[in-house]
Amino acid sequence: MHPLFIIRLVCSKGGCGNYVIEFKQVSKIYPNGVIGLDNINLTIEKGEFVVIVGLSGAGKSTFLRSINRLHEISTGEIIIDNTSITRAKGRQLLTIRRDIGMIFQSFNLVKRSTVIRNVLAGRVGYHSTIRTILGLFPPEDKELAMRALERVNIIDKAYTRSDQLSGGQQQRVSIARALAQEAKIILADEPVASLDPLTTVQVLEDLKTINVELGITLVVNLHSIELARQYATRIVGLQDGRVVFDGPVEQATDERFKEIYGQPYEVKKSEKIINTPTA
Amino acid sequence: MRKSLTHPPHKEFSRINMKKRKHIWTTLFIILLFAWSIRQTETSLLDFIHGFSNMFDLLVQMFPPNWAYFDNVIPPMLDTLRMALLGTTIGAILAIPFALLSASNVFTNKWLYYPVRFILNLVRTIPELLLAAIFVAILGLGPLPGIFALGIFSMGIIAKLTYEATEGIDPGPLEAMTAVGANKIQWIGYSVVPQVTPYYISFVLYALEINVRAAAILGLVGAGGIGEYYDKTLGFLEYDKVSTIIICTLLVVVAIDFVSTKLREKLL
Ligand SMILES: Nc1ncnc2c1ncn2[C@@H]1O[C@H](COP(=O)(O)OP(=O)(O)OP(=O)(O)O)[C@@H](O)[C@H]1O
Ligand SMILES: [Mg+2]
Repeated sequence: MHPLFIIRLVCSKGGCGNYVIEFKQVSKIYPNGVIGLDNINLTIEKGEFVVIVGLSGAGKSTFLRSINRLHEISTGEIIIDNTSITRAKGRQLLTIRRDIGMIFQSFNLVKRSTVIRNVLAGRVGYHSTIRTILGLFPPEDKELAMRALERVNIIDKAYTRSDQLSGGQQQRVSIARALAQEAKIILADEPVASLDPLTTVQVLEDLKTINVELGITLVVNLHSIELARQYATRIVGLQDGRVVFDGPVEQATDERFKEIYGQPYEVKKSEKIINTPTA
Repeated sequence: MRKSLTHPPHKEFSRINMKKRKHIWTTLFIILLFAWSIRQTETSLLDFIHGFSNMFDLLVQMFPPNWAYFDNVIPPMLDTLRMALLGTTIGAILAIPFALLSASNVFTNKWLYYPVRFILNLVRTIPELLLAAIFVAILGLGPLPGIFALGIFSMGIIAKLTYEATEGIDPGPLEAMTAVGANKIQWIGYSVVPQVTPYYISFVLYALEINVRAAAILGLVGAGGIGEYYDKTLGFLEYDKVSTIIICTLLVVVAIDFVSTKLREKLL
């Protein structure tokens, strides 16, 4: 067996990979000619909490979805943990995706399935097809799923049908799914856009805790610059598919954003979120 | 009330007139079509009235049903039910791969789903009696060709309805399972199957309702079941026995419909 392969085997559980995300001259042009991403070059280190901001249509979703290749890019390359996901094929692509959790604006749970089944869905990449289709997960997996639900404070709903939960609860289930997946990176596309202000804060707090305590890298799209400042360690601003701002929160001042985006962001800013004391 | 206030009355009027004119044209067109059909098929109202009196004669002859014959009807009736059940089961199983392969959101390659849909459409153009006749020619007389005919027939129905339902499911969970790193089979099992199962079961029950009716006449071409008894008794002009068979069939069909409808109501 190749020595590198052995290292990979040992590391896959312990998480000793660095899980750096590298964008190398990445561009995306949609079939209709719209430019989704325009020559993006940036590196996201392990453990960062990156918030992507930008006006509607700036390319935030395109950016996020190209990381786990839900969208194909046109040119350039994206490297995750020293492996090119852009060139990965078959099994290799699935293995890379297994390390990247994803949270959606619309939660994307199977509504007719129980909460626990939705969380265990995050484990399918670790087992054989037969086992997973029959739902024969090992006890450790169920334990893992339960602990994930515990972390987002929703363990009492484990056997409830998902469509009986509120939006905020459903979003927490989808976070638990990413946790059960033992993701090293979590992508979230407007995770709070369909939640009320209070639930918004709860969900973002959950994400922040995961980021700080487990060292999971977070890349989150948000509309609100206010929230971005509150939770991010680094903010990336997009406009027309280009990076127009990239820096730590301290540099993301009002003046700077007014300079970049002009009036529209002022309007966004006025949608102020209730501030609850952070734990 | 409000509407008539905001719109000038003459405008309302002309719109109604337009609508009326449209209706008149449609009606005229249908009448013409009807007249033309009668000419072409050489139907005459007289034949119909004449036939009506024959029908009345028949009803009179059918009238006291031959209750003693009931015991003879039960075994072939149960056969018919079994044929319908087996045929539906075969159809339900065959329909699964066809439905999945036809759904453009499951297999995105149009070189795959268009040919499969074409086969499905082809299958659905063959009437079940013709299917049964073909299978009788291949397999000989008896219930087996009937079962296969019903299997193919219901496969077409179930697969078509299921793939259409599959294309209407929420794409969110599909995307989520892709992101999780699931392979194709896991992806189907965890995002497509749980969403489409209630529809599928409902369509299978619906196919069963149709198959019970269809199974009752397959005997006419020698494919087993109660149909053979229709053939026999009608041939011997034993109309009292025919009415017994009809009543028995009616009872079974109504019972199956009732149970199936109740189950489907629960599902969706
Ligand atoms: N499938 C597609 N085909 C063609 N153009 C697309 C497609 N998806 C997105 N676009 C275009 O690409 C650009 C970037 O879209 P994207 O969804 O990434 O923006 P966004 O920043 O996420 O916006 P929002 O805040 O509204 O979600 C937009 O101009 C959009 O119209
Ligand atoms: Mg978006």
